[in-house]
Amino acid sequence: MALTEDQVRWVAHLARLEFAPEEIELFTAQLSQIVDYVNQLQKLDTEKVEPLAHCLPISNVFRPDEVQPSLTVDEALANAPDRRGAYYGVPAVLD
Amino acid sequence: MSALPYEVVIGLEVHVQLLTKSKLFCGCRNEFGLPPNSATCPVCIGMPGVLPVMNREAFELALKAALALNCEIAPFTKWDRKNYYYPDLPKNYQISQYDLPFSRNGWLEIDTAAGPKKIGLIRVHLEEDAGKMLHDETGQGRDSLVDLNRAGTPLLEIVTRPDMNSPEEARLFLEEIRLLLRELKVSDCEMQEGSLRVDANVNIHIPQADGGFVATPIVEVKNLNSFRAVEKAMAYEAQRQYEEYQQTGKKLGEVPKATAGWDETLGMTVVQRRKEEASDYRYFPEPDLVPVVVDEAWRERIRASLGELPAARRCRFQNQYGLSVYDARVIISQGLAFADYFEELASLVGDAKVAANWCTNQVLQVLNERQWTIAEFPLRPSQLAELLEQVRKYRINPQRARDVFMRMIQTGTSAEVLVRQMGLDVTFDIEQLRQLVRQAIANNPKALADVRSGKAKAIDALVGPVMRATQGKAPTDVVRQLLQEELQKA
Amino acid sequence: MELIDRTAYELLDLQRRGEATAEEIVQAFCNAVATRDPLIRAFLHFDRDTALEQARAIDLKRRAGQPLGRLAGIPVAIKDVLCTRGVPTTCASKILRNFVPPYDAHVIARLKEEDAVLFGKTNMDEFAMGSSTENSAYQITRNPWDLERIPGGSSGGSAAAVAACEVPLALGSDTGGSIRQPASLCGIVGLKPTYGRVSRFGLVAFASSLDQIGPFAHDVRDTALLTEVIAGHDPRDSTSVDRPVPPYVAKLDEPVRPLTVGVAREHFAEGLDADVERCIRQAIEVFRCLGAEVREIRLPHSDFAVAVYYLVATAEASSNLARYDGVHYGYRAERYDSMIHMYSRTRGEGFGKEVKRRIMLGTYALSSGYYEAYYLKALKVRRLIKEDFDRAFAECDVVLGPTSPTAAFRVGEKIDNPLAMYLSDIYTISCNLAGIAGISVPCGFTKQGLPVGLQILAPPFAEEKLLRVARMYERETDWHLRRAPWPPRGSPAGNGHTAAGT
Ligand SMILES: [Mg+2]
Ligand SMILES: [Zn+2]
Repeated sequence: MALTEDQVRWVAHLARLEFAPEEIELFTAQLSQIVDYVNQLQKLDTEKVEPLAHCLPISNVFRPDEVQPSLTVDEALANAPDRRGAYYGVPAVLD
Repeated sequence: MSALPYEVVIGLEVHVQLLTKSKLFCGCRNEFGLPPNSATCPVCIGMPGVLPVMNREAFELALKAALALNCEIAPFTKWDRKNYYYPDLPKNYQISQYDLPFSRNGWLEIDTAAGPKKIGLIRVHLEEDAGKMLHDETGQGRDSLVDLNRAGTPLLEIVTRPDMNSPEEARLFLEEIRLLLRELKVSDCEMQEGSLRVDANVNIHIPQADGGFVATPIVEVKNLNSFRAVEKAMAYEAQRQYEEYQQTGKKLGEVPKATAGWDETLGMTVVQRRKEEASDYRYFPEPDLVPVVVDEAWRERIRASLGELPAARRCRFQNQYGLSVYDARVIISQGLAFADYFEELASLVGDAKVAANWCTNQVLQVLNERQWTIAEFPLRPSQLAELLEQVRKYRINPQRARDVFMRMIQTGTSAEVLVRQMGLDVTFDIEQLRQLVRQAIANNPKALADVRSGKAKAIDALVGPVMRATQGKAPTDVVRQLLQEELQKA
Repeated sequence: MELIDRTAYELLDLQRRGEATAEEIVQAFCNAVATRDPLIRAFLHFDRDTALEQARAIDLKRRAGQPLGRLAGIPVAIKDVLCTRGVPTTCASKILRNFVPPYDAHVIARLKEEDAVLFGKTNMDEFAMGSSTENSAYQITRNPWDLERIPGGSSGGSAAAVAACEVPLALGSDTGGSIRQPASLCGIVGLKPTYGRVSRFGLVAFASSLDQIGPFAHDVRDTALLTEVIAGHDPRDSTSVDRPVPPYVAKLDEPVRPLTVGVAREHFAEGLDADVERCIRQAIEVFRCLGAEVREIRLPHSDFAVAVYYLVATAEASSNLARYDGVHYGYRAERYDSMIHMYSRTRGEGFGKEVKRRIMLGTYALSSGYYEAYYLKALKVRRLIKEDFDRAFAECDVVLGPTSPTAAFRVGEKIDNPLAMYLSDIYTISCNLAGIAGISVPCGFTKQGLPVGLQILAPPFAEEKLLRVARMYERETDWHLRRAPWPPRGSPAGNGHTAAGT
């Protein structure tokens, strides 16, 4: 099953990835090939199989409601590409 | 009851912040109003490689709320990632619950003018909150700023069924849920601080000649900043939809769901967008958390910790104390401590109606005037009971009791002392006075007959003789009170 | 024998006996890095002075008679996917070029507690996505046995550093074979612990339900030692299991008897190199000679493992890597005309091709309309794969087979064919999907002189048995004593081959 370039563009939008037109072309071909390959799974009858998201047989892991030291504002923002005072700066977001 | 040519249908999505000390998945403080980005760590900043670990208290508060909301508790629950990009969501996914929320199918009863009504709840789930954005308000499109203090704080999402049929019902539902969650100390539900947030889905049903009805497209109304705003916005939006239907004839299902914002200054809803292109959140199980299994013992332990919920207490106040629906509601709506105050006062005074009267009138008035909570109110129930005891024993003219009450608040002096200081004490022996009253009634059978036939004024004819017999020293209101009591018995 | 050829265990011994100081040891390895790494290119970040400082501090402690940790004075190289406080952690990605974490991964904290010398950050496939370490934004690492060849991946830098004797121990991460496959291709030992055995706190996530951290070493004893140090419960990782860590080293030389080893027909499928197969068959014979019962087993769903893996892992990755968006840390594009454009350009420029390919595939697999057919379907088949192993381990102690279908391939050979690259993980992937433990130990060489690895798989939390079985084999063979020749093949000073230019 081949993917269309439109599908690839839509997925790129969902994933927030900018591609040049020739990359869209390349990815459409490569992803189609991979999707073809994974389609072999459709051969298997899994109607009565429960999905397995996690192999661990554990549950109920909690931590106590205790306050731990936070980072200082400087530590928190040390890696920020666009620090604005005590804030992270981003281009204007229209609500 | 409604004169409107349509029925309003409202469903609410309520988010409340939980009153934990720390955030949902890290140890940063969960506190409003801290300096920007001062309560963050690698976990809530979503730095690479860090992992969430769930706060037990948050989960238990959520359980508490769901049980109080009459929800079924799932024996097995898990968390999922809701993927979307926004700068206040550092990981660009929200840890939330999708197909297996920890609770569902609950209800909350509200008191409507037409009697009690159960509002159904589809689900209650636990998720993390996002940070806050500061947008450029000048309209010049300047850059936005991000503060992550709120990111990762615990949030309860409560989704109702579309069971509210008037803006008032929506408000009543919100008042009731706020009362409940405050009493349980699950959330402080301050809309101003954002610890309670509401989105409303609203449409209208327009009756048709054939007995059926037409439903208009559902609009999700956001930016509701107060309960008052919810009520106004719902009324506005319903009418707007009615008018739009008159013009366009568009029904539910014929146009995509729209989102509208409530503009408080304009007093209107502004439709923001039609969701042509459905968002694709790509939910999938959160691999960094393990599931939670809630066994019966745990569930019942939390249930037992709930104590008496407001609705039950309201009911008990009516049955046990004979309070009116109105008085019970007023007292309960003031919160746990106020209701406790009332109960203590009622038991000390021995007359619940008198206690309720004082609580809902004098006490509440003072609290409102001075912006006090009941905890800040200077008179303990025992002190107030002492004053009421003075009144009951006719040691004080009831008309002056309020003056004494105000002086007690000012000075902290006991009622007994104040009554004397203020020269308000009734010097008469009450039994002696009662004797004179009985005498006067016996002496005037006509007045007795008149009173019995409903001529309330006839009582005046009896006051004079008693006053004369006491040389005018008895307070007339006490005399009147005694006359009324004795006339009942005669 | 030179210091750098020795195992960590021997180096600890030398220090205890006063025959070498930590400083001498670290100095020797620093020199090895200085002379060898310009050809191998295993390290992304290396700070000689800090390493020597740590060594001197340990020597002081020893002289003062203070108690020392289990890895005192031993250099350990760290895959650059593990967060190190105050030291750049890039995941070999442009998008994290300047990222300096304000925290240590749990395993880093454990190494520090045991007085190990943190010895630089190693190259890898970007965000651990790849099988050749060619997907690094910074450099290509070479296989010490043949510089024209890849060291395997994604932990290729760690594997190559150990194989080139630039460091005796290293940490890697294994999501679909990223420790075992490079260990195999570099002729050393690499272990992927059971999911939940080692805390993932501070391991930059690729696929959270599959990732585990594990050791590289020259032999099984060193592997056991490093596993013992990093394993154990950590309350900061909800998926870290609270179970005691057995004394792997102390029990190591106790053979497992009786021993039943399973051999799966599916592990000898089409595409398996004849030389590799020969080495594996010989290894099975060694076990037979040791008295083990060799039983043929079936793992009927293994053929589907690669497909399942590339849906599950990419789906999780698409979400895990969403955070690299130029807002809170890391790279941000220079020019953009809106918020959403800032996101997509930052990510478009910041990620390499393979990472973008996987984010795309994972996003697609989770997107509305495809979730059931791909992601959910994959989770169901994942259960079938796990059940295959449950059945296998009901009748045998361990499962033996090749780690990789081929020995090291040439640089550039598979880079333009993603699917061919994915299939090089065919024998290692199931282990991650089933959450079990696996090890690769050297078991011979191809005719071209390239190392071959034997993969041994064990049930969840059976690391102790896994290590003992691996040790049984190692005692009978001397593959673990071989060291890559220096100067290496394919180098200008080597045996006539020339290094491939890039
Ligand atoms: Mg929500
Ligand atoms: Zn935090």
